[in-house]
Amino acid sequence: MKKKNNKTFISNLITYAMVIIAFVVISIMQEQKLLSYSAKQLLVPVCVWIVMAVSLNLTVGISGELSLGHAGFMCVGAFVGAVLTIITKKTIDNEALRLIIAMVVGGVAAGLTGVIVGVPVLRLRGDYLAIVTLAFGEIIRNVLNLVYVGMDQETGALAFGFNNPNLPGKLIVNGPQGVQGITRISTFTMGFVLIIFALIVVLNMTNSRAGRAMMALRDNRIAAESVGISATKYKLMAFVTSAVLAGMAGALYAMNYSTVTGAKFKFDTSILVLVFVVLGGIGNIRGSIIAATVLTILPEMLREFSDYRMLIYAIVLIMVMLATNSPAFKQWLDIAKEKITGLFAKKKEKGDTANE
Amino acid sequence: MSEKQRTTMVPYPSHAIVPERDVHKKPVLEARHLGVEFGGLKAVDDFNLIIGATEIAGLIGPNGAGKTTIFNLITKVYQPTMGTILVDGRDTAGLNTIQVNRLGIARTFQNIRLFDKLSVEDNVKIGLHNQMRYGAATGVLRLPGYWKQEKKMHEKALDLLSIFDMQDLADHEAGSLPYGAQRRLEIVRALATNPKLLLLDEPAAGMNPAETAELMENIVKIRDTFQIAIMLIEHDMKLVMGICEGIAVLNYGRIIAKGTPSEIQNNPTVVEAYLGKKKEG
Repeated sequence: MKKKNNKTFISNLITYAMVIIAFVVISIMQEQKLLSYSAKQLLVPVCVWIVMAVSLNLTVGISGELSLGHAGFMCVGAFVGAVLTIITKKTIDNEALRLIIAMVVGGVAAGLTGVIVGVPVLRLRGDYLAIVTLAFGEIIRNVLNLVYVGMDQETGALAFGFNNPNLPGKLIVNGPQGVQGITRISTFTMGFVLIIFALIVVLNMTNSRAGRAMMALRDNRIAAESVGISATKYKLMAFVTSAVLAGMAGALYAMNYSTVTGAKFKFDTSILVLVFVVLGGIGNIRGSIIAATVLTILPEMLREFSDYRMLIYAIVLIMVMLATNSPAFKQWLDIAKEKITGLFAKKKEKGDTANE
Repeated sequence: MSEKQRTTMVPYPSHAIVPERDVHKKPVLEARHLGVEFGGLKAVDDFNLIIGATEIAGLIGPNGAGKTTIFNLITKVYQPTMGTILVDGRDTAGLNTIQVNRLGIARTFQNIRLFDKLSVEDNVKIGLHNQMRYGAATGVLRLPGYWKQEKKMHEKALDLLSIFDMQDLADHEAGSLPYGAQRRLEIVRALATNPKLLLLDEPAAGMNPAETAELMENIVKIRDTFQIAIMLIEHDMKLVMGICEGIAVLNYGRIIAKGTPSEIQNNPTVVEAYLGKKKEG
């Protein structure tokens, strides 16, 4: 058992180690005031996009279903989480606790939306599924654009309106203008905690009975069903888990700004997350983390080039895709990998013979 | 099975024969007037068959006769449009592939369907899916149940792989195995679901004579160890005649002959179906 699990175990360990080391280094830099203002502004969004990429990779990479509506779940989490922090502002003093509650409830709300969307949608396959999830993502956003919530400043009583802004009290959710008056309580530490949480959920799930069933369905649905694996159950499980994580990321994202609007969770946001997943490697969690980080920081770093920013961004994307798909590059990567693992293998062999 | 231990085939109530030792047991599979139509085309018509609890049965016939369709009907990949299938005496009407698998039917595929990117061991563990009893939350939280069950299933998977002496390949990617090993792995995966009836779709396809001979021994060994019934589709007549106790011959979706290997070999209708009609005069 040891031997077999070693490979995935080491790979997962590297992923965790990478995230933890990055967190420690950046925290120290932050402590020493080595980070510029704009870099600090990027810390929480990077965490959010990493969680988004990791969660979408569960649906696209592990379960093998192309979903183009991931921003929709993020939107639900953002709205629910933001409203919740405003409501609980007076009752819960501890900001971290308030944020955690907001993320959990936001995640649950997104998960419920995931069930509602997933049950009918997962009957479809391939392109059809992609189109319908895309539509659902837009529907969720547009429905939230019509929601109005008023809160009485004194009593804290809530009034809900659908497509009706004439509510008593101060509007905290104001239709297309989104949630207003959020206290910015998201922290980099909380972002890090959420990344680790997402990694534990996704990696542990992948290496368990449920994850194997998902991968079996991805690789060969007929064969998986022939050994008694329910496609509906495990596809939905992957979809909903991924929605919950997206909702949590959405709540964290919302609490990083003073207002959050539905316009931030458009179709192109879903595509952006998909780009992270595809560039990082479908099914490759560590790749998703790296791609999300690089592609969030890159546009900001290119800001100096102002006009040429998007052009350079696009060129970099194309170059990466060409490189990762070229056989020559792959060969080079394999050789490099072999050399590195060769070093380890020699050590291991020694260890093995010593054991015997 | 160096010496041929031929069993006597005895008539089972009504229209079928089963091995003598199975006559007092419930047949594992009973198909009555089974049929399926695809847009007016009758792919299978009036298919009747009974398989004894520990019988090795063969299903042969020319290409396109509907053999794989029968397997797809039994496993509910297609829903039959006519007739009934009883598994272990229970009617399978309205059940789906997953439920039929839980009743005890496992299969392999003519065009190998492994989970290519997963390891050999994971392929078998996926077969063991329904014998593992821990939920997704236990798996994510890595509770003691996870470790206990995974360890047990790891041992069980290696045990099953050892039937074909494949335990050393456990870490390999399933898609990278040689063809013959992939076929054997499919059988192991099917066996892992703890079936009462194992359906093998051309298990010897692409194997050389030595491998086929080994496979024949292993099929009999599997039947003897697990006390299950095996039904196989095969074009290799040496294999079919060598190990099958009852054989059904299919042509154009209909059974044209049923019987023991020797009866089938001497049946003029079968010879005609395979070689064509002798010209008059």
